[in-house]
Parts: sequence; C-alpha cells; structure tokens
Amino acid sequence: MPVYIEPDGDNVLVAKITGEIDHHSAKWLRMDIDTAINDNKPLLLRLDFSGVTFMDSSGVGLVMGRNLGMKEIGGRVELINMPPYIEKVMTIAGMDKLTGSDFGKGGKENG
Amino acid sequence: MANKTKPTNEMKLIFPALSLNEGFARTAVSSFVGLLDPRMDELIDIKTAVSEAVTNCIVHAYRDTTGDIELTVRVYADRTVYIKIKDRGCGIEDIGQAMEPLFTTHPEEERSGLGFSVMESFCDEIKVTSKPGSGTTVTLRKKLRTKL
Repeated sequence: MPVYIEPDGDNVLVAKITGEIDHHSAKWLRMDIDTAINDNKPLLLRLDFSGVTFMDSSGVGLVMGRNLGMKEIGGRVELINMPPYIEKVMTIAGMDKLTGSDFGKGGKENG
Repeated sequence: MANKTKPTNEMKLIFPALSLNEGFARTAVSSFVGLLDPRMDELIDIKTAVSEAVTNCIVHAYRDTTGDIELTVRVYADRTVYIKIKDRGCGIEDIGQAMEPLFTTHPEEERSGLGFSVMESFCDEIKVTSKPGSGTTVTLRKKLRTKL
C-alpha cells in the first residue's frame, strides 16, 4: 500500500495513494502522510485517489483526520481523481462539502 | 431475511480476526459472487459492505480478545446474495446507537462511525442481532440486477 508524497510548489503537498484503503492499510498511510505534513507544513494537502482500487469507510476516517490536522496548521485538504466507487463512500460521509474537491467528475450523475 | 428456497451455491469461511484478513474476506466473497457475473458496481458494493462488517469484528467485537469470524455466503436462483458475518466477541449493548451515522466508540482511532451506514447504503437489507458477551451476527442481502 504505497503512497507517493511530494511537494508541488511552496505550499502544496500532493499524496498519491495507491492500492486498497481499509482499516489494515489506513494506519500506515496515516503515518506516512502525517510525517510529510510535519516535514513540509503545507497550506494545501491534495489527496490523489487515482491509484486507489478499493476503499471502505476507513478512507473516510483517514480524510477526516488529515482534515483536522491541516486545519490546525491553517491549511486544508483537497480530494482529487476519485473513481466513482470512492466518491460514493465519500459522499455518504458528507466529504463532498470539503472545498476544492472535484466531486461529480467521476460520472456521479449516472449513478 | 428468511428465504425458503434452497440456495444454488453456498460457501463458508472461518478465519481469525486479524486486520490483514479484511482484504482476504472481501476478495473471497468477491470471487464467489463473481461466479454470477454481476455488474462491477454491484460487486464493489458487496466488497465494501463485507469489509465494513469484518472490520467491525476486528475493531469492536474482538477488541480485547482474539477469536474467529464466520462468513457464510449464499446465492439464490433469483440472483439474491445473502451474506452472514458472525463473531463471538463482546456484542453490542445498543444496536440502534451503533447504527447511527457517525457514532463511534473510538474517535481517537479515526474510526469514521460510518460502517453500518455504508452497509445500509450498499445493500438492500441489513439485519443485526447481538447479545452482549456472546457476539454479533450481521446479515446482508442484495439482489443483483440481471444483465441485458
């Protein structure tokens, strides 16, 4: 379950998550992403889900936790490139209210 | 949830409540239900619901102990899939409260409290029976659409 994390400009950190997100893998992702936030202190954490093949509500917990952490340092989280099955889980959790996240691009209108 | 007709296929799995088995459980169910040639979105719904139920067993039922999870999957001629996830863990005191969206007993571990909400949204029917001290059984039912 690797996550590729790199800065994009001065204040943006991009974390590209790959593989499956569940309770088992979320704890490792959390550690890697939090370490990078601590090192870089970005204003925007962009979570890229294009490489995620499965996600249950553990992924929602992961986003909620990072959102809190980013708020504490005056930043925010953005969710990008979500396949429809991930958007579905995020929407149940109300994550579509997170500003800047590109909900609806994965064919939401088509169910 | 009672279904009087005989299933056309059935499988049972017993495995220890280890977090690395979350992936195994949903993959096993997905392979078995995949024999019916379901639509991809329906198969993902089932995988996700199973993942939530199995995670609940590991995170909650066997929180302070270890034990087995029993998984039964039955499929019927009308393309109904029936999945039972049973543990012999601590049980749930208040099922109504446990099923409320965002309710979690472990917010510090970043549990979103959405496990049951996801199971409800992704299946046609969910039934939870539990007895504190003896365990919990979650049954899920989903009818697969017929492919045209």
